[in-house]
Amino acid sequence: MSGSSTDKTLRTSGLQTWPHNLKRADGDGPYEPPAYKPSNAALRWLEDRLPIVGLAYSAGVSYPTPRNLNYWWTFGGILTFMLVVQIVTGIVLVMHYVPESTMAFNSVEHIMRDVNYGWLLRYLHSNGAAMFFLAGYVHMFRGMYYGSYKSPREVLWILGVVIYLLMMATGFMGYVLPWGQMSYWAATVITNLFSAIPVVGESIVTWLWGGFSVGSPTLTRFFSLHYLLPFAIAAVVVLHIWALHVVGQNNPTGIDPQTDKETVPFTPHATIKDGFFIALFSILYAWFVFEIPNFLGHADNYIPANPAVTPSHIVPEWYYLPFYAILRSIPNKLLGVIALFASIGILALLPWLDTSRVKSATYRPLYKQFFWLFVVTCVLLGWLGSKPPEGGYVIMSRLLTAWYFVHFIIVLPLLGLIEQPKPLPSSISEALLKGRGTALLIALAVGAATLVGAPQRAAAQEHGDVQPPRNTWSFAGPFGKFDRGQLQRGFKVYHDVCQTCHSLALLSFRNLGEEGGPEFSPAEVAAIAAEYKVKDGPNDQGDMFERPGRPADHFPPPFPNEQAARFVNGGSLPPDMSVLAKARQYERGFPWFVIDMFIPYQELGVDYMVALLKGYAPKPADVTMPAGMQYNTYFPGHAIGMPPPLSDGVVTYTDGAPQTADQYAKDIAAFLMWAAEPTLEARKRIGFQVMIFLVVFTGMLYFSKKKVWATAH
Amino acid sequence: MTTMSAAEPTRRDFLFVATGAAGVVGAAATLVPLIAQMNPDASTVAAGAPIEVDLAPIAEGQIIKVFWRGKPIYISHRTKKEIDEARTVPLSDLPDPQADQDRVKPGHDQWLVVIGICTHLGCIPLAHQGNYDGWFCPCHGSQYDTSGRIRQGPAPANLPLPPYAFLSDSKIQIG
Repeated sequence: MSGSSTDKTLRTSGLQTWPHNLKRADGDGPYEPPAYKPSNAALRWLEDRLPIVGLAYSAGVSYPTPRNLNYWWTFGGILTFMLVVQIVTGIVLVMHYVPESTMAFNSVEHIMRDVNYGWLLRYLHSNGAAMFFLAGYVHMFRGMYYGSYKSPREVLWILGVVIYLLMMATGFMGYVLPWGQMSYWAATVITNLFSAIPVVGESIVTWLWGGFSVGSPTLTRFFSLHYLLPFAIAAVVVLHIWALHVVGQNNPTGIDPQTDKETVPFTPHATIKDGFFIALFSILYAWFVFEIPNFLGHADNYIPANPAVTPSHIVPEWYYLPFYAILRSIPNKLLGVIALFASIGILALLPWLDTSRVKSATYRPLYKQFFWLFVVTCVLLGWLGSKPPEGGYVIMSRLLTAWYFVHFIIVLPLLGLIEQPKPLPSSISEALLKGRGTALLIALAVGAATLVGAPQRAAAQEHGDVQPPRNTWSFAGPFGKFDRGQLQRGFKVYHDVCQTCHSLALLSFRNLGEEGGPEFSPAEVAAIAAEYKVKDGPNDQGDMFERPGRPADHFPPPFPNEQAARFVNGGSLPPDMSVLAKARQYERGFPWFVIDMFIPYQELGVDYMVALLKGYAPKPADVTMPAGMQYNTYFPGHAIGMPPPLSDGVVTYTDGAPQTADQYAKDIAAFLMWAAEPTLEARKRIGFQVMIFLVVFTGMLYFSKKKVWATAH
Repeated sequence: MTTMSAAEPTRRDFLFVATGAAGVVGAAATLVPLIAQMNPDASTVAAGAPIEVDLAPIAEGQIIKVFWRGKPIYISHRTKKEIDEARTVPLSDLPDPQADQDRVKPGHDQWLVVIGICTHLGCIPLAHQGNYDGWFCPCHGSQYDTSGRIRQGPAPANLPLPPYAFLSDSKIQIG
């Protein structure tokens, strides 16, 4: 083909970025998509020296895409979008995060409270990881359903497995970084897995830890690798897309396009479709970020890491739960670890385990049923991973783990041999003359169930707890706002009652005057601050001294250290209350935790606190209590060290609110909700604006998509 | 398939343009938090709040150094000799002409409050040194007088003044 040097450069470079097996519709040999021919002289100059624009053009504009792809094929684009989101939010978070064990937790709270839009960046990143995995699982299940791993797409599939493994490593290390209780203990559990390796196991674990237990060296190296791995993922994604372009996309029929008539150029057809579904997916993402940002997380991760106390239920994030269930179901430590890695590794063997010549489950009625059975197995394993390994749960886990492996090792090889597939269409064109499936809705429902079924609030499970009653809160719901008067009263309760024993170390006096909180006036804030004695120094003599507080100071703790606090409180440590409202939750059970997602209900912490404050009761006759402890209906284990702090009239209110213990309980809980989440009002306000924009934008993209595809169909 | 006149904008074009515009708006809005997060955060801003300095312990002729917003501030309790030295200099002799009266608060001529960062390349000049009875910067030899004005050396400008005010005769607020 003669013409500009551009043509020659791209053609002779040997890098063909479109499917090799696609023929021209007019029957004259292999199809070549239109070449990139810049009319601009500067672009021609660049193209002759580095044909990068031409590469982008042939890979993303003229690239021939099967015309019958359904919406399941948009998840590759969604994943690319999420990878960019995670990298960008991650990089800006690192500008503020401190990867050292004594400072990490507080640096995350600093991001949440002080950094401009820090709360947004953090929630985007933490919920973004969940969305990343959700899209990843949909993408993988799509591949399994339509046989996208079969020849000639084996390498494409295996690269995908590599990406998945890198994602799991990245996600695990990222979760350790906030250095909460779950961070620390998840790090301990997962690194301890390697001790199962005979002979060298313990040395490997010590090497991973950089010490004799998980500690600051572990944190800093996880931080380094967490920053590195996403770029490794990006590199493998480039290979993944390259491998895809060489063989072309699979499609719902499993029969590759034969001529270019069965394809459409990637831009605008696939671009607009991907764009529409990315926007739709973003609505789900935004719902989590702005309305229920802590729903998928574990409340225990709002408790700073404590090597001396193991959480009652150590559970990973929902996207690891199926593998956690598999690990725990094997009674032998080493075999359990092997089963865990095998359950992921076996995915790489899929192209060879499935012996069927027919790719798409559309034409494999028997395989289709086993596929859905496999999906249900994974979802149930996920649910079981969140449950304590006791009784019936153990039996179920073992059965389902066995089925998981049976599906790959026995069912898939056999099915290809014995199944009678439906008659295959001769081409995509023929298949298009018939209808489309609507498995989308079913699977989306299953996907949502996975997301929602998993984060069982395992914390309060084992004590047969009474459910705290739900209260009405002014700050609940998408349009919730704090009641300034209530926050000011709540501060008074903290000041008069709680601060004798409980610190509020992450808050500064100036927060009391900031927008979205009690909104005391600057004069009131300065006066409140001046009441407190704050340690400062050393002075010119080298001595520490006390001075009146200033608005910029943090609330000083009532005790100089943990030992003093325990000594005064009979051995119990009154917890710091800065994030307490987010560090407490209770078991909601089915179907409430599903409904909670939509209402949305995220006031578990404060409802629990109110119930606890009002929940002191005489000890039942059949219960023995350790000396010095009080019986409380709602406290896990029922034995609490704190004597009932509230009684009628103990705090004087000046605004006419009832001076009852019930009122104090509500007011202090509301205050603590603000203390834990001072940006709540901004989050809900901005969230509303973002949701409106996204709904409108998604609609516009949908109609644009319809217009673009009007001629193609 | 109906052919549409390419010259007339169609409903379809409007949809595409509107969608593109909405996309640009969304992208711009997304950039806002990403850029804003690099601005000083609330705790840094709070730590940069005004400070009060008690002048009573500073003897005549003494210069002390305090920090505000991470910058060194020299507070000089000038002697009469130092004030006269500053006021008798003709403005034409100064590389950066400025009257001493403009560098102090009215009625408080003995108090000079300057940011102790050399206007050349940012070193901290040393007090009570140099040929002009003021400051001497050891990095490249700039010399300032008793009013903190540049007299000699590569620095282009006088030592800048921080925002400050007298709360009383013996107390100032810087910032």
